[in-house]
Amino acid sequence: MDTEEYRDHPVRSYVLTSGRAHPSRNTLRPETLVRAVESRPVLSTASRLERELVELCRGTLALAEVAAYLQLPVSLVAVMVSDLVDTGNLTIRSNHQAHVLPGKDILEKILDGLRKL
Amino acid sequence: MDSASSDRTAPGQHLAPTVARSVKVLVVGAFGVGKTTLIGAVSEIDPLRTEERITTASVGIDPGQPNKETTTVAMDFGRITVTEDIALYLFGTPGQRRFWDLWAGLADGAVGALVMIDTRHLEDSFEVLDQLELRTKIPFAVVVNQFPDSPNYPLERVRAALDLLPETPIVECDARDRQSAVLTLITLVEHAMTFPVFQKVTA
Repeated sequence: MDTEEYRDHPVRSYVLTSGRAHPSRNTLRPETLVRAVESRPVLSTASRLERELVELCRGTLALAEVAAYLQLPVSLVAVMVSDLVDTGNLTIRSNHQAHVLPGKDILEKILDGLRKL
Repeated sequence: MDSASSDRTAPGQHLAPTVARSVKVLVVGAFGVGKTTLIGAVSEIDPLRTEERITTASVGIDPGQPNKETTTVAMDFGRITVTEDIALYLFGTPGQRRFWDLWAGLADGAVGALVMIDTRHLEDSFEVLDQLELRTKIPFAVVVNQFPDSPNYPLERVRAALDLLPETPIVECDARDRQSAVLTLITLVEHAMTFPVFQKVTA
């Protein structure tokens, strides 16, 4: 429910991202869809957590889902995802651009879909 | 809801490979108003939770913990694959003052917000509505969650008490009921379609 207890992670966040607080791209949002690039092997220098993240994304998931499954904050996972996009291990499935809203055609499709639920 | 067998710590509830776009709706409201219940009623996955640490320096003072430098905010969310290529995400965020900065950021790119109201504690909603109007331009619909002991106010009285604009939709809902919750989303998206900002066709 709406409890706000915090389950801390044993490793401080900045260690996991080599001290960085911001991702290398600013188009990542909690709902951005990501997916692993199967043909691309993970670098030998990748951390255990990065491997876990890529493994998790063998199918399409939103950034927020990845964060929830890894039990890490969305902001931290955004940094990791951004790095893994740079190394070619992840691809951004949804074509989000910052501040771009869905158009009327998308809303109509959503309405149709909701009415069929 | 057909996700009863899923284990929320077990990953792998991937979206269908055809899904190539996501949209989001915010579910905002005071503590205990039923945000997570509504999300759980419509979501195809068990609601998930993420936690974010935010510094109190930028979000005001937490009266309970005056010396605390960081606070955490939990966000519960779920998803619905609404068409074969679009997934709708519902993000539930707390309405308290100290979280406003967070959900103002989250509102960026959202189709709109469901503002959940408990008529037993109407005064809890005033701040949330004020801030939503002040800080964002996103469409919202007011959802009156019916609790067993809720007073039976006519919706027009609730509308007047909340000082809503005539065009702002207000609907009653049983947040536990899937169809009831789906109707709130339909109301919101229909309302959003009247906004000029959504009139253009997606590139």
